[in-house]
Amino acid sequence: MRKLVVIAVPYAWLLALFLVPFGIVLKIALSDIALAIPPYTPTFDDGLWSMVQQLDFENFVFLTEDDLYWKAYLSSLLIASVSTVLTLMVGYPVAYGIARAPEDWRPLLMMLIILPFWSSFLIRVYAWVGILSSEGYLNQVLVGLGFIDAPLTILNTNTAVYIGIVYTYLPFMVLPIYAALDRLDGSLIEAAEDLGCSRTVAFWLVTIPLSRNGIIAGCFLVFIPALGEFVIPSLLGGSGTLMIGKVLFEEFFSNRDWPVASAVAIILLIILIVPIILFQRNQQRQQEAGQ
Amino acid sequence: MSECVFAPWDDPNESPLIRFENVTKRFGDFIAIDDVSLDIYEREFFALLGPSGCGKTTLMRMLAGFEEPTTGRIDLAGQDIAHVPPNRRAVNMMFQSYALFPHLSVWENIAFGLRREKRAQGEIAARVDEMLRLTRLEKFARRKPHQISGGQRQRVALARALAKAPKLLLLDEPLGALDKKLRQDTQFELMDIQEKTGTTFVIVTHDQEEAMTVASRIAVMDEGRIIQVATPDVIYEAPASTYVADFIGDVNLIAGTARLSGDGRYDITWSANQTPLVIESQSDLTDGQSCHIAIRPEKVAIHAERPSADNAVQGKVLDIAYLGNLSTYHVQLPTGEVLKAQTANTRRISRRSFSWEDTVWVSWTATAGVLLSQ
Repeated sequence: MRKLVVIAVPYAWLLALFLVPFGIVLKIALSDIALAIPPYTPTFDDGLWSMVQQLDFENFVFLTEDDLYWKAYLSSLLIASVSTVLTLMVGYPVAYGIARAPEDWRPLLMMLIILPFWSSFLIRVYAWVGILSSEGYLNQVLVGLGFIDAPLTILNTNTAVYIGIVYTYLPFMVLPIYAALDRLDGSLIEAAEDLGCSRTVAFWLVTIPLSRNGIIAGCFLVFIPALGEFVIPSLLGGSGTLMIGKVLFEEFFSNRDWPVASAVAIILLIILIVPIILFQRNQQRQQEAGQ
Repeated sequence: MSECVFAPWDDPNESPLIRFENVTKRFGDFIAIDDVSLDIYEREFFALLGPSGCGKTTLMRMLAGFEEPTTGRIDLAGQDIAHVPPNRRAVNMMFQSYALFPHLSVWENIAFGLRREKRAQGEIAARVDEMLRLTRLEKFARRKPHQISGGQRQRVALARALAKAPKLLLLDEPLGALDKKLRQDTQFELMDIQEKTGTTFVIVTHDQEEAMTVASRIAVMDEGRIIQVATPDVIYEAPASTYVADFIGDVNLIAGTARLSGDGRYDITWSANQTPLVIESQSDLTDGQSCHIAIRPEKVAIHAERPSADNAVQGKVLDIAYLGNLSTYHVQLPTGEVLKAQTANTRRISRRSFSWEDTVWVSWTATAGVLLSQ
């Protein structure tokens, strides 16, 4: 009996905070826009049966007709993929450096990685506006040192979005890779060298494969939230930066078209389910291997 | 018959495979290896023995190439390898933790070193299969290291280190992780494999029994220095110092002063009101020099009545350590010292001749002990 209660709690949580809201969003996605409060029709007030009868897939069909949407999805996938690769390229050496640092230093170095979380995410992204704008600190320094004559245009481009995503999600990449590298037995590298590998070859044949699970976990932890990212592209990106999070925001707040916005959200969720399932499977396999 | 004895260290024409020449290794202020010179010959099974922190592992890691000597030369087959990186020497190592690659199968682990040499596929496969046969691992080739037992993992580590047919194989506490029974079986297996492959083995161990069992010669180390290098029987029967005598096996040490009483015969005064002990020794001691007698417990006999032996002392049984096949009697002498005497339990325990608090005589011959000046 007690066992049942213990199992029921997380399921009740999921039901109340995931499945029910999902049902509501799905229902709105199947509704039509209306000048009313709430801004869609039909509602429960029409009675359950007549409400269900009036639902249709019109909004999903609409998403396929206007090429803004699939372009936004594709562009989001591309930006999220490129950002993930960039974050990996920055994060792996950081994690490797921390794992190789003297043991007394490691907690401090890890602390420095986590420290940005102590201030508001929004403020940190705004800070990048101050750094990257044409009168910003970066351009002032570069011009002042004579590297460039005219200020670079970085803010309001995709480059700024990449910088923002890499900066924001770096800890999610570093932590799982560090965890994998920290567990790595140093004698394995020595064994590889002893058997004829140079340092570089030993790194590719032993260190990288043995930190694979950390790399996969880190990539998913960056890719999944980056795909639906809204704040970073809207603050740092320009008008040319097309991301599904921004489209969703505009449908919802600017157009007040809740049904289309909901349909966009449902498609985004479906796109995300694939990497999330892959991520879960990787975690599970890792746990099994650990036992 | 004498030609059959394997003793290249006694042959002046034989040149050693490995030669340490005045090798010193410092870590900051700490001297890990202190001016060590040592020769190891081809086909030897050489043991580096000592307590933890004595420098034996550092000495081995210098052979593998993971540490460079601060000063001195290390020659392998006549070439100075002191500064050659580990991947460029014909030396392989079996790690204490085995260091098997967890993401590779047993087969791939053994093939790892061969693949680095860019050998042909068929050649690699043949060599790996040969190693699997040698270590009786054919059935486990496809398994991952976490899917096999500790003893099998140990054999994989050995097969992987032997696969490249190194001139020298280093074994760092190879049996430390195995239980006692398996360890004893594996010791003989190691000797067998060493003999079959003809590879020179250098083993690092803190287990003196293991060193005695497997090694052709043992170097006893302490605080970065080599105290004695000799065959197991010489180490045991004729230790060079009280340190070696005490480290290898069980020993009674009696302190006293020497006086030459005849040709190679000394009287050792050890207590004011006891007769001096008689000992035969080739060592050259001056009269009145302080020294130790080292006697193994199994060479001390225990009697109820005074025996007619070279040395006999009366005492009282303080303790009896019953080991099944053997019993060790701890006999307290009137001077307060405790001597250990060991006898084989040829009778049932209920018919044991001596019990606690019994007054007994312990005795040994003049040739039983070793006279040590240091």
